Order: sequence, then C-alpha cells, then structure tokens
Amino acid sequence: MASNLVKKYFREDHLPHIWCPGCGHGVLMKDVAQAVENLGLDKDKVVLVSGIGCSSRAAGYMDFNTMHTTHGRALAFATGIKMARPELEVICIMGDGDASAIGGNHLIHAARRNIGITAIVFNNDIYGMTGGQYSPTTPYGEKGTTAPYGNIDRPFDIPKVAEAAGATYTARGSAYDAVRTTKLIEEGIRHKGFSVIECASICPTYYGRKNKKGSAVDMFRWQKENSVSVEKAKTMTPEELEGKLVIGELSRSEFPELTEQYQKIIDKVQIK
Amino acid sequence: MAGKAKKLVLNVGWCKGCGVCAAFCPKGVLDLKGDKIAIVAEDKCIRCGLCEIRCPDYAIWLEEVENA
Repeated sequence: MASNLVKKYFREDHLPHIWCPGCGHGVLMKDVAQAVENLGLDKDKVVLVSGIGCSSRAAGYMDFNTMHTTHGRALAFATGIKMARPELEVICIMGDGDASAIGGNHLIHAARRNIGITAIVFNNDIYGMTGGQYSPTTPYGEKGTTAPYGNIDRPFDIPKVAEAAGATYTARGSAYDAVRTTKLIEEGIRHKGFSVIECASICPTYYGRKNKKGSAVDMFRWQKENSVSVEKAKTMTPEELEGKLVIGELSRSEFPELTEQYQKIIDKVQIK
Repeated sequence: MAGKAKKLVLNVGWCKGCGVCAAFCPKGVLDLKGDKIAIVAEDKCIRCGLCEIRCPDYAIWLEEVENA
C-alpha cells in the first residue's frame, strides 16, 4: 500500500528501504521522483545511475532504467550512457564521499565537459554505510569514527568545486526544505549542460550520534533553523554565514553541451 | 473548481518510528504509539501534506477520496 507517486516511481516490492529511521535520504529520493513527475517526463526515457554508498541504493528502489555501478564511478557510466543515447535524461544520485572523494575526478571532468547529466549529491557529511568515517564534506572540527578528536581538514563545498570545474548549473537543497529542493532538481534536469544539485541530508545514526546532534527530528530542526536562502545570503557577511546552509540556485552559465557538440562533429565528418 | 476530498492514509508496516511527521505536523494530528505512527486527532487535520513530504519512509500520505 503506497501513495500514487510511490506506486508510479518506486519498486514497491523493494520497500521499505533499508535506510535508518529518520534518514534524510528517503525524503530526497522522493523529491527526485516528484521532480520527474512535475516535469512530466516519460519514466522509460529516464536513466538513474548510482555508485556505492547509502545514497546509491536509490537506483535499486526507483523504477526508472537504473544502473547501480561501482564506487565513485556513477558519472563515468552515466557519461557512456549519455554519449550513446543523448536523447535520454540521465540522472546520477551519489553520496558526498562517492561524488567528491572516490569519484572526485569524474565529477570535475564531467563538469569540465559540460555533459548533459544531472548530478544529485545526497550529502550527509559522513560515510554512513561503512560505519561513520569522515568524508570530504565533514565540517571542520566534527567527529567521525576515523576522526575521534575532530576533523582537521576543511570540507569541500561541492557546488563551488563543480562550478569552478565548469558545471553550468549548481544549486543546494536540503532534506528539510523538500518543496524547494524538488524545484531545484527540476531546474537541474531541465538545464541542458552539466548540473549539480547538492542536497543536504541528515545521518542521525552515525554523524548525529558521533557529534551529539540529537534525534532525526532535532537534525531536521537544525536544517530548518540554519538554512538561508541565496537571496538572503547576499546581504550577509562571511562571519554571519559561518555554519549556515545556503539554499537555492547558486550558479548558472552558458557553454555548449558535450553530446550536441559531438553530434556536430559526426555530421561534419561522416561520409554521406 | 473544488478539489476532491483527501484523507490521511498510513502504511504502518513501512513506519520506522522516527517521529518526524508528528514533530512537524502543525496541528498535532499524529503521535507515536509504541514504535509506530498513529493518527490521534484526525478531525484537526488540515490536509497540508507536510507529513507526506517529510516522512522518509513513505508511510503516510494524503489520498483523494470520493466521499469524505
């Protein structure tokens, strides 16, 4: 028994999912389904590619053409799919470690090429599936099982990294702000080049417990109280923005999309 | 044109008892009974759908009904 949206876009026999109670990923996965529904896409023309990690289980639960690949390589497989079948909507769901550590190289080069893929990063600031090791997005000073005295690295700002590498659309949403996040994902899918939507998730089991963030409800509340819209952020100082979650469309630029450029070369050199 | 009436539906088998829906319900319609969600004040429900949006486990939603 499920809602119409869940019946349409999920493999109901694979539910309930195995994510922990209160995990933000469940909310974000539904936002992806809602975005596809709002855009009126044919779900048989949508390909969902994932890597490895908690986030990447989405490819098993969602009823599109799906591919659950190796750790960090979702974008590499997705690049192959998009190059072979440019008419398909290719969406990657990745985790923070998956996208920015193990697959960091794929992320920057997919961005550099501006290939028409929508990269959605479920960022819970930790490696959840393997037991709470700190990731490239774990905030400075916060704890993980491999950072028992606090993380001494600076975290990546994934949308900034992607923008600097050439992504032509970047945005940040959150598990709390589901309605806006759905809209940002819609925009990302609609955008022709490479788009990156970082979605701030919550991991009450590992990140939350290690850092004494309270229950899932407390963590959602933290997101509610510490989210700042892009518009508001423009009026704030860097000190005021410290520790805040800036939500909204972060950047948009123009550059020819890779598969279109490639088709032009084929048309030019192919013997008729 | 008036929309169809909606009612709250639960799939308790999918509920993991995180309590997020109850905590963010603006009208106190929901509460945990044991480890699972329960509708405790259906008459107060304003059909805002926040519980459906926030439930990470798709265990609660609004469904259109013919006669409410």
